Amino acid sequence: MSAQIFPRNANAIFLASLFGLVMLIVGTIAAMVGFYLSPWYTDVGVAKAQPVPFSHKHHVSELKIDCRYCHATVEKAAHAGFPATETCMSCHSQVWTTSPLLEVVRTSYQTGEPVVWNRIYDLPDFVYFNHSIHIAKGIGCSSCHGRIDQQQLAAKAQPLYMGWCLGCHRAPEDHIRPREEVFNMEWDVNSLSLAERQQLVKEYQIPTDGRLTNCFVCHR
Amino acid sequence: MKYSIRQSILARVVRLAWLPLCLVLVACHVDMYDQPKYKPNDVSNFFPDGRAMQPPPANTVPLNSYNPNSPLMTGRVEGQLADQLPPEIKLDAALLAHGQSRYNAFCAPCHGLVGDGQGVIAYRGPMTVPSLHQDRLRTVPIGYFFDVITNGIGRMYSYAARIPPEDRWAIAAYIRALQLSQNTDVALLSEAELERVKAGR
Ligand code: HEC
Ligand code: HEC
Ligand code: HEC
Ligand code: HEC
Ligand code: HEC
Ligand code: HEC
Repeated sequence: MSAQIFPRNANAIFLASLFGLVMLIVGTIAAMVGFYLSPWYTDVGVAKAQPVPFSHKHHVSELKIDCRYCHATVEKAAHAGFPATETCMSCHSQVWTTSPLLEVVRTSYQTGEPVVWNRIYDLPDFVYFNHSIHIAKGIGCSSCHGRIDQQQLAAKAQPLYMGWCLGCHRAPEDHIRPREEVFNMEWDVNSLSLAERQQLVKEYQIPTDGRLTNCFVCHR
Repeated sequence: MKYSIRQSILARVVRLAWLPLCLVLVACHVDMYDQPKYKPNDVSNFFPDGRAMQPPPANTVPLNSYNPNSPLMTGRVEGQLADQLPPEIKLDAALLAHGQSRYNAFCAPCHGLVGDGQGVIAYRGPMTVPSLHQDRLRTVPIGYFFDVITNGIGRMYSYAARIPPEDRWAIAAYIRALQLSQNTDVALLSEAELERVKAGR
């Protein structure tokens, strides 16, 4: 009879540590997924500091300025663009001319040095995105950028994950609205019935045969 | 017997021990996220002013069939302000509707939705904005509005960078419609139109 090298509870310890190892792996994966979806990683809802504390709430919600006044290319080009310094100065040469918050804008206007805004929405360089097609097909700014008119400092409303783009490309009828309402921040999707929205999808000739989820639509 | 089953389970677990290493790989792939290329609005350390999107040099014209001296682009016919829409622009309901959407986006903050100079910004002051319903502005040639949008006037900045020439003509046509709406002889209105005016009040 050979000697017992393992103590009596060796089996239990082995099983417990096996269990512990599995839990550790599962836990690590769960924590990483959680982190990936959390605002610490995605920046959703986290306002960034800007060279000028520009407020959309003030200019859009209270002063009722149209998005196109500042993001003028959004209907025609891939990029919505940031307003030129002249755009701010068309008003701020005459209103709030001495505000210290606008010092950066005035200096930029005098020297020609652009104001460098910190980007909030920024896709990876391997993704192609185009604003004009979405605007032309009745996808409103608020469907993607949320209620930016309620934000003092702009913050992300979407992590811009691929699954989110695909979700809408599979079922645009869940988000579509009439073209005239694209710039309306208060539009509620449910103010049209599903049937009416499906009708819009047809009217705007949005392909529903799955073409929109082909990889090369966004990775070209 | 029992012993060897346990051993083979252990061996299998050990064989999969490399799996957690994948987690290390996942996080290291930023090279394709920030590719060495310029996209609009990027910052550049190549150009002295720091802009990847360089403004075009002065007097640049688009490379196509545009004639930079045509009435469409200048608002002038032989040096005089045009008193008609250029031939490329067709006056119809679609043009006026387009003009209205542009006017409401670009002009209404100051000039007001009806052009009375009482837009939100002007109303709050201290900027004062003239009404578009003065006799002088009712009688100027339509090219004048095109010219004001293109070059600005006095305290008003140029909007040429943001409004393409076709849209400027649409706005000019819509201003004419606004002027008509604010200065029409009541006697000329039909019964039905009168009802609508009263209901609108
Ligand atoms: C008076 C000018 C102005 C108007 C009007 C305006 N914006 Fe902006 N917008 C800006 C400026 C300046 C920035 C950059 C600073 C910032 O991010 O807050 C910006 C940033 C943004 C951004 C974030 C871009 C990024 O990735 O950093 C979004 C989205 C946006 N605007 C959407 C809108 C929408 C939608 C509207 C209309 C409801 C609108 N804006 C109206 C001036 C304006
Ligand atoms: C259509 C006119 C208009 C435009 C264009 C405009 N603003 Fe304003 N802005 C205003 C008005 C009016 C106020 C003051 C509102 C009030 O009375 O509180 C204001 C206020 C501000 C303030 C707060 C000033 C303070 O001291 O509290 C900042 C900052 C500002 N604007 C930045 C900008 C920037 C940056 C831009 C360009 C992207 C811009 N604005 C474009 C009309 C405009
Ligand atoms: C289908 C979703 C979607 C809609 C609708 C949409 N945007 Fe965007 N927007 C984006 C994405 C994605 C980006 C980031 C683009 C990039 O990084 O290249 C972006 C970026 C921006 C930016 C930053 C500057 C730029 O051009 O990249 C601004 C400003 C902006 N959007 C304004 C608007 C306005 C105004 C509207 C409504 C007229 C609008 N967007 C509608 C998805 C959308
Ligand atoms: C809320 C709905 C919605 C979201 C979110 C959305 N899209 Fe779209 N997208 C559309 C619709 C509708 C069309 C129009 C399709 C058509 O009619 O061709 C479109 C078209 C496009 C096209 C042009 C397709 C073509 O025919 O060439 C591209 C590129 C695109 N989307 C990229 C993106 C990317 C990238 C994202 C995520 C950052 C995104 N979209 C998010 C609704 C959406
Ligand atoms: C509607 C637009 C759209 C379509 C269609 C699309 N993608 Fe993507 N894809 C994106 C966006 C946006 C991202 C960036 C996600 C992020 O920032 O994490 C992305 C990221 C990726 C990545 C990189 C993931 C990472 O984190 O490194 C891969 C790989 C990818 N896509 C593969 C595909 C394949 C394969 C298809 C076709 C089955 C496809 N995509 C179709 C929008 C799209
Ligand atoms: C930021 C405010 C502002 C905006 C936006 C604006 N204007 Fe003006 N506008 C003014 C001011 C201020 C004047 C008075 C200029 C002066 O006499 O110094 C003026 C004057 C005018 C005049 C009268 C010129 C004259 O001979 O008396 C016309 C016509 C005009 N604007 C048209 C437009 C049109 C068309 C738009 C839209 C594309 C527009 N404006 C947008 C502020 C504005």
